[in-house]
Amino acid sequence: MKNYLFVLSKPTICGSYSQEMLDIILTAAVFDQHVTILLLDGGVFQLKKHQHPNADIKDTSSIFRALEIYDITNIYVEYESIQECGLDLSDLFLPVQICYRNNLTQLFLQFDVLFSN
Amino acid sequence: MKFSIQINCSPYNVNAGQKAYRFMLTAIAKNHQILRVFFYREGIYHALRWALPPDDEFQFSDRWSELARIHGVDLVVCISAAQRRGLLCLDEARRQGKQDDDLAEGFRIGGLGQLIESTLEADRFIVFS
Repeated sequence: MKNYLFVLSKPTICGSYSQEMLDIILTAAVFDQHVTILLLDGGVFQLKKHQHPNADIKDTSSIFRALEIYDITNIYVEYESIQECGLDLSDLFLPVQICYRNNLTQLFLQFDVLFSN
Repeated sequence: MKFSIQINCSPYNVNAGQKAYRFMLTAIAKNHQILRVFFYREGIYHALRWALPPDDEFQFSDRWSELARIHGVDLVVCISAAQRRGLLCLDEARRQGKQDDDLAEGFRIGGLGQLIESTLEADRFIVFS
């Protein structure tokens, strides 16, 4: 078993980026691996409340809501990104852990495999 | 050392695919092992059988096919990423009632399970984007 960290740095409506990353995340979880997600830069918008995508756009927020079913509960957001995007923790629809920019390297070192883009 | 590789970029938007290719040739020459190359997102375009770059440009699908033929590197193209973008192997095309045979020699269609499996077995996992 390995520890996987997935770093999402792009917002929800950004081509198939979120969907294709979530597909890998769910596959790793199905393989019973330890999965952690880190949202930074525009990626923090992935958890923004009140997303109402139209029928042409995949509703990836519903997949985030379902992550708990796959035992994925370790979700970090970078504090500085939240601030830079004008958001507040109360704007997010899932409970998250805060990570500060200065501590990112230490966080990365805790994992065996890092997926980012 | 055992390497697992993922390629996410198309041949012409950035040159990370060429870098991946050269990295692998060097790794093999130094007696390292490439467990698998997984083509994902726009990376699936590396597997196009009918790509015909001008003679004086990098012949990407031919080079990959060569890597599989000469060095036995396992080249796996993600089925969902490929189907979204219209790249179908012969078997899948028949199942879908299509005439395509788009997958270049040496590549095979696979799923994300094969990506995770290779990251589990590898000492190092490298993504080229």
